Amino acid sequence: MQPRRVVVTGLGALTPLGNSTADYWQGLANGVSGAGFIKQFDTAKFKTRFACELKDFDPTRYLDKKEARKMDPFTQTAVIAADEAVLDAKIDRNSVNLDRIGVIWASGIGGMIGFCNELKEFYTGDGTPRFSPFLIPRLILDIAAGQISMRHGFRGPNFAVASACASATNAIIEALHHIRYGLADMIITGGSENVINEACVGGFNAMKALSERNEDPLTASRPFDLDRDGFVMGEGAGALVLESYEHALERGAHIYAELGGGGASADAYHLTAPHPEGLGARLVMNRALEDAGLLPSDIDYINVHGTSTPLGDIAEIKAIQHVFGDAAYQLNISSTKSMTGHLLGAAGAIESIACIKAIEHGLVPPTINHFTDDPQLDPKLNFTFNVAQQREVRAAVCNTFGFGGHNASVIFKKFVAE
Amino acid sequence: MSDIASRVKKIIIDKLGVEEAEVTPEASFTNDLGADSLDTVELIMEFEKEFNISIPDEQAETITTVGQAVAYLEEHVK
Repeated sequence: MQPRRVVVTGLGALTPLGNSTADYWQGLANGVSGAGFIKQFDTAKFKTRFACELKDFDPTRYLDKKEARKMDPFTQTAVIAADEAVLDAKIDRNSVNLDRIGVIWASGIGGMIGFCNELKEFYTGDGTPRFSPFLIPRLILDIAAGQISMRHGFRGPNFAVASACASATNAIIEALHHIRYGLADMIITGGSENVINEACVGGFNAMKALSERNEDPLTASRPFDLDRDGFVMGEGAGALVLESYEHALERGAHIYAELGGGGASADAYHLTAPHPEGLGARLVMNRALEDAGLLPSDIDYINVHGTSTPLGDIAEIKAIQHVFGDAAYQLNISSTKSMTGHLLGAAGAIESIACIKAIEHGLVPPTINHFTDDPQLDPKLNFTFNVAQQREVRAAVCNTFGFGGHNASVIFKKFVAE
Repeated sequence: MSDIASRVKKIIIDKLGVEEAEVTPEASFTNDLGADSLDTVELIMEFEKEFNISIPDEQAETITTVGQAVAYLEEHVK
């Protein structure tokens, strides 16, 4: 069969900048930081005492109390963001074939919160195993996709994708392939991550991955700044409804953008450090461009992985300059992690939404918290520092790279009907 | 209502998300209170924790209503 065009027809977001896509975009456009001191546990003895947490988030405002209790937070946010996207896409259950609507969902870590609590209870007890029957179904990575399908009756392909911080982008690429090659008409995709607890903060701290700027959390996430000292954990979820162009046309859906293509690669280099020349990052951007049938000069914006780590930010920019050559100087580059923190396995979902909204509004969200230039970075590049910039965005690349050396990039472009 | 009965009732309301009025002695966990097989296992576990006893599986399988739970616990809790 002829590969089908894939378009975006629904969005949902639950982020440290707000509990809806509209709030998220408003925060991005205005350069707001979502950081603050951690409220979810006592951080007194931790090297990092701040993160980008969700604001005023009460799952029972969206979910029945009994339902909510059976879900770890990453599934709660998945279901809530997916609900927003499904509503936004105006899917009329009576006029679509539910067998052809799938869910491909990502998380980097899964249901860590309940797992840790149950282990703690067991190991501090008298040895009697009193594990909840919901321990496993709350923990497993695929359960978010399962819960979304049960809520809406979507009986199409349904599974989870994991590649650490590239997870959601890999999920979006899987969704693209499923629709492009006719395995489904519509896929709810994206990712969620809610793991701001003792084990994750402590674990990332031990890796020296997190910023320790406790004296000023709001400016801690500062990608490309000379004084960057690590990433800031974020939490939340992003959901996208992807659909074949014909299907969207037939039901008169609003089309935000077209998902042009995607690519995936590995660094094959180190557990956590990026390849110093960004070899995997070069490969993945080249593959995404090729898959989308676009040239470097067709791209106006790159939402970079840019986590605010000393090594990662440099390697990614080297890769961009290698792939884009002189066209790199025409690009807007920004790391929205400066505002949201790093949502790990969900990053690719909320950052894809940032790309789609940038295309929709002709506005590139900024890299906030820039104080001092890093002499290792080419000053002729436009990092969209501190303030959003207006420009037409014809096409935007979303880069994500995960521990393990996984790289995934997707390209969204302005939708033009044939 | 006995102390045990009120504690049982509280657990059921909390875990199954039902209204107090629904939790009658005759109410069946699965048929009347919307519990599935996992919910039922969890309920038994919560009774064990609350009353610090161990309910063997073959006994647990016979506890299907609110009244049966209260009766069992009244008999076995010291």
